[in-house]
Amino acid sequence: MAQLTYLEAIRDGLRAEMRRDPRVFVLGEDIGVYGGAFKITDGFLDEFGPWRVIDAPLAETANVGAGIGAAVMGMRPVVELQFADFVTDAFTQVVNMAAKYHWRTRAPLPLVLRMPYGGDIKGGPFHSQCMEAWFAHTPGLKVVAPAFAEDAKGLLVAAIRDPNPVMYFEHKHLYRFRREEVPDGDYVTPIGRARLVREGAAVSVISYGWMLHKCVEAAELTAAQGIETDVLDLRTLAPLDRDAILESVRKTGKALIVHEASRTGGIGGEIAALIAEEAFDSLDGPVVRLASEDAPVPHNTALEAAFQPTVAEIADAIRRLAAY
Amino acid sequence: MAKSTRTPAGGPAAGQHEIKAGRPSQNEEGAGRLAPERLLELLYYMRLQRAVEDRGVKLYYQGRIPGAYFTGWGHEAIAVGATASLGPDDLLAPMHRDLAAYIMRGITVGEVFAQFLDREGGPTRGRDGNIHMGDPRRGILPFISHMGASVPVAAGMALACRQRGESRVVLTFFGDGATSTGAWHEGVNFAAVFRLPVILVLENNQYAYSTPLDRQTAARSFVDKAAGYGIPGVAVDGNDVLAVYGAAKDAVDRARDGVGPTLIECRTMRVRGHSEADKSSYVPKALLDEWAGRDPIAMFEQRLRDDGVLSDREDDAMRARIAQEVEDGLAWAEASPEPDPSTVAQGVYAEE
Repeated sequence: MAQLTYLEAIRDGLRAEMRRDPRVFVLGEDIGVYGGAFKITDGFLDEFGPWRVIDAPLAETANVGAGIGAAVMGMRPVVELQFADFVTDAFTQVVNMAAKYHWRTRAPLPLVLRMPYGGDIKGGPFHSQCMEAWFAHTPGLKVVAPAFAEDAKGLLVAAIRDPNPVMYFEHKHLYRFRREEVPDGDYVTPIGRARLVREGAAVSVISYGWMLHKCVEAAELTAAQGIETDVLDLRTLAPLDRDAILESVRKTGKALIVHEASRTGGIGGEIAALIAEEAFDSLDGPVVRLASEDAPVPHNTALEAAFQPTVAEIADAIRRLAAY
Repeated sequence: MAKSTRTPAGGPAAGQHEIKAGRPSQNEEGAGRLAPERLLELLYYMRLQRAVEDRGVKLYYQGRIPGAYFTGWGHEAIAVGATASLGPDDLLAPMHRDLAAYIMRGITVGEVFAQFLDREGGPTRGRDGNIHMGDPRRGILPFISHMGASVPVAAGMALACRQRGESRVVLTFFGDGATSTGAWHEGVNFAAVFRLPVILVLENNQYAYSTPLDRQTAARSFVDKAAGYGIPGVAVDGNDVLAVYGAAKDAVDRARDGVGPTLIECRTMRVRGHSEADKSSYVPKALLDEWAGRDPIAMFEQRLRDDGVLSDREDDAMRARIAQEVEDGLAWAEASPEPDPSTVAQGVYAEE
């Protein structure tokens, strides 16, 4: 076990896969000579050379499209979007070319798009967005969003080995958040499995990414007041781990869903609907969502603090639900 | 040419894209490089495309083809001439006017009709329709409806070939409308930057649905765009199969030598509607008349007769063979089952 940051864990997983499998290569803007805007691929060019660490033009359609073409040929491309926000320039390639490819051809498309996403980095409206729901809504794509360094490595390895296009949402605020234990060597977090990171009978708190850490902090606050909660880290957003969600809610009878993406049309609505359809008889209170405001992500620190769910708001919601 | 109907007042400069009806191929060495049996093979595939599409048109008007139906009528020389320049391991990223290219690279006539009829035997098994098909196992990328979107993917296929040290090339087709898209620009630029083995064949048929050339570009000619990407560009008569073949062969050779992509502008005319639902009333009759005498199949047939390559006997045998293949293919497709509705949500994801 090594003590790694989330960022180092991504690098560790990526480098391990590139050493293991010569089909794996990385392509993106500023990732070679410069080592990437966040230095994930620092040192890769020297180790793997210019045909496996490709400094690409400033062109998301071309870069994602080229990744698709290489995947068609049996390579295992990992395309870095410098910021997840820029994927809008590649939307056709992701949603139409990649997502529908297997359904039309029955051939695999082993493509990973690395999507540095999320706020609390003073990034403003074009460097902070959480657009995972767009892709979870698109049949044919898998969507993962690790919260911990261990899963940042394990899910990246799983995504690279998966025969489908996988949108790998890596949260920028978590890159250097803290050091955590990460298994050495070959390590896989299975796609499609949530993980219970804290157990309690009062409320099911369901989240992922940066908000998951706020949920854990809120759960610690309420635990000190005698309210013990389940905290479920979804880890994969498509396909959702329905069984894990329903098992927890059937136990607690209360569900709080927290995400950083805007409320309307977010993953939370889908989870709330799942609970209403499948666990209605177990509910002892309303299904509650906490999400960012239905607004673009603001740049100003105070505005962004007001925009996102806070630990205090999450703890309040837990207490209100527990009181039912 | 009735320019006034093509360029509204205040629109882009008129007449920049005037295309003269060309002469027969000047590319004599292109013809000279091919043995008589190869020349007859080119004619065969051009006729086969026309025959399959002609049968498709009849099926469409009988209401037997669901949805839209597209032909490459008049584009056969481009599809056949360019595809004939490929070697056995090369790759194809075609579009909707290139039926012969699919067939030359291994899709059977039966599969084509099954695709048209939305049957399980089509390459997309009823999941996608009309000519939206391909088969990666046979090196054919299935295109999507978004024109230009195949170009970056073709570049990526070529990238994989370069990464693995393979000498394969990728041939891709697109229309004049596609050149206006960002995807086309990004894909051509990407291929050029990395000197990738991509053959970029522009089927300039003068209309993107109802939109004429002067609403696609202010450039004097599409082939001029090649210079902007730092790649060679050549314009050929798209109705002359040997001219297309010659230009494509040169481009394939350059690509294999690692020189990079070539843009080939094949100038032709879309002599039918965008789809069969479109009567193309917006196309000036004079323009259609001008091209009516330049049918690529009739021109090549005459040339092969003049050169003593095509005899009456061979002609009859070829026509009979094609007619039989069309009927056999259609029968095969009709015997192919409809997709099972219970499978609709299956196969969205590949299994491990």
